[in-house]
Amino acid sequence: MKTDALFDFLVDKEKSTITIQRKFAARRQLVWDCYTKSELLDRWFAPKPLTTKTRSMDFREGGHWLYAMVEPSGQEYWGRMDYQTIRPIDHYTALDGFCDDTGALNPALPRSTWNVTFLDAGTQTRVETVVSYASAEALEQVIQMGLQDGLTSTLERLDELLATLS
Amino acid sequence: MENHSLALNHVFHALADPTRRSVIARLGRGSASIKDLAEPFGLGLPSFLKHIKVLELSGLIASEKVGRVRTCTLKRENLSAAEKWFEQQRLAWQSRYDNLDDLLTNLKGEESEN
Repeated sequence: MKTDALFDFLVDKEKSTITIQRKFAARRQLVWDCYTKSELLDRWFAPKPLTTKTRSMDFREGGHWLYAMVEPSGQEYWGRMDYQTIRPIDHYTALDGFCDDTGALNPALPRSTWNVTFLDAGTQTRVETVVSYASAEALEQVIQMGLQDGLTSTLERLDELLATLS
Repeated sequence: MENHSLALNHVFHALADPTRRSVIARLGRGSASIKDLAEPFGLGLPSFLKHIKVLELSGLIASEKVGRVRTCTLKRENLSAAEKWFEQQRLAWQSRYDNLDDLLTNLKGEESEN
């Protein structure tokens, strides 16, 4: 079994945030590149069994990444990450949102703010990602959508996880 | 709301431990006595009972004593919609970061070849 390199996943319902911490066995420049170059993002960003596809990438403040997560069936889920502040190779903030394949945002769904920090940890790199929603209502809305959406049905469901752990 | 976030923390704490996840998985196949549940782990009964206590606090399982035998049951309905969604998110991030581990290993390999 793969050990989780200090994987930490914390939910703060009061602040409507999710904080994800993780350590990677690589130096900071390389980890930063994996987060900020679309040809590298395409190789890891979508959770299995989905894959990532980039339509356009403009990594600068005010620019955005237009990407899809693609199910094995071919079903695509489009998103765009609008970059707000960039401090190579320490930190960036971005607004993530649901959109169509032209990048037109779905106005009915709330966006989340990503606050991503890269820290040296000896020869390794620690990455902290804070995903924030504007309000508890916004988070609730995303949860409701997420549970109906086909995307989550392809991710391991808890019941299936429970069935396989033994 | 406060009670909810408390329960949520308990659920995450409960699922964070491999022994407790195994207990949950075992109870997914049907109720079982504490003695039967403890057997595969080779833990002393007091340590094992601590795990059962954490699971009971989370609301994920309930136990009932009949005579001298205490039997545990999984309470699936106590995994609320929000908890399921958070658990899915956690799994998604875990999977995404496992991908990144693999990519970093490959990139470092490519680097040292050059």
